[in-house]
Amino acid sequence: MSGPMAEPETNARRIAEEARDRVRFEEEVLELSDQVYRVARRLVPTREEAEDLVQDTYARAFRSWRSYTPGTNLRAWLMRILTNLNIDRGRREQRTPDTRPMEEGDYFLYNRLEETTGGNDEERIVERLSQDGVVQALSAVPHDFRDAIVLVDIGDFSYGEAAQILDIPIGTVMSRLHRGRRILKSELAEVAVGEEA
Amino acid sequence: MGFESICEKCEEMLQPYLDRELNETERREAEGHLNGCGYCSKRYRFEEDLRRFVRSACDEPMPAELKAKLASLRTPLL
Repeated sequence: MSGPMAEPETNARRIAEEARDRVRFEEEVLELSDQVYRVARRLVPTREEAEDLVQDTYARAFRSWRSYTPGTNLRAWLMRILTNLNIDRGRREQRTPDTRPMEEGDYFLYNRLEETTGGNDEERIVERLSQDGVVQALSAVPHDFRDAIVLVDIGDFSYGEAAQILDIPIGTVMSRLHRGRRILKSELAEVAVGEEA
Repeated sequence: MGFESICEKCEEMLQPYLDRELNETERREAEGHLNGCGYCSKRYRFEEDLRRFVRSACDEPMPAELKAKLASLRTPLL
């Protein structure tokens, strides 16, 4: 049994430990902010929206820090908050079904670039694309597909992490990623060589 | 299986190969074909270049003010 002084001491120690854990958590979360912003910037159309989304994500993360289990994937936990907030912000109202016919295969963009600009310099054929063209093409990809591309190809999340973040089965991540990259390449071909994909 | 259909299969394996999501047998099959097929290996290299290019093109640094704002959202210490 504890003596009369033991309980306040235990409480004080618990409060101090909790404060220390919270500070550590907040530091770790802040260290991830560049990565979080990089993903957010490509999930929404403008820089302002990305900044708002990241701020809201951090405000919520700091408020709900107790729901994070130490030792689990903090980056994925944060990104789950971010994607849920993005849905809450009504982005899904813009949802339009992707009715385009099955896109071209994976070699399509290379073939198109080689056909239209010659194949002598195939090692650096990617340099025929412009940075602005890539950003424009990515923004034209329907968002369900774009989310998967942004998380895996820009955010460096695994298929499994992306599935957890988007709350969809891993097979759906793989198919959205696969199809989304093909759509991206069709869009890039259109931007780069003015071809209807 | 004709050469063209092997290349078609190789095209199908391009994304899971680069994502390291092929099983061992499939990976060996893809690499076996890539070693002898300039047509496919050029296109695999291009895909790798393209992914790097997409990533770097989309990399917009976080504004410094935003970083400061995030830090200010921390719970104040007493």
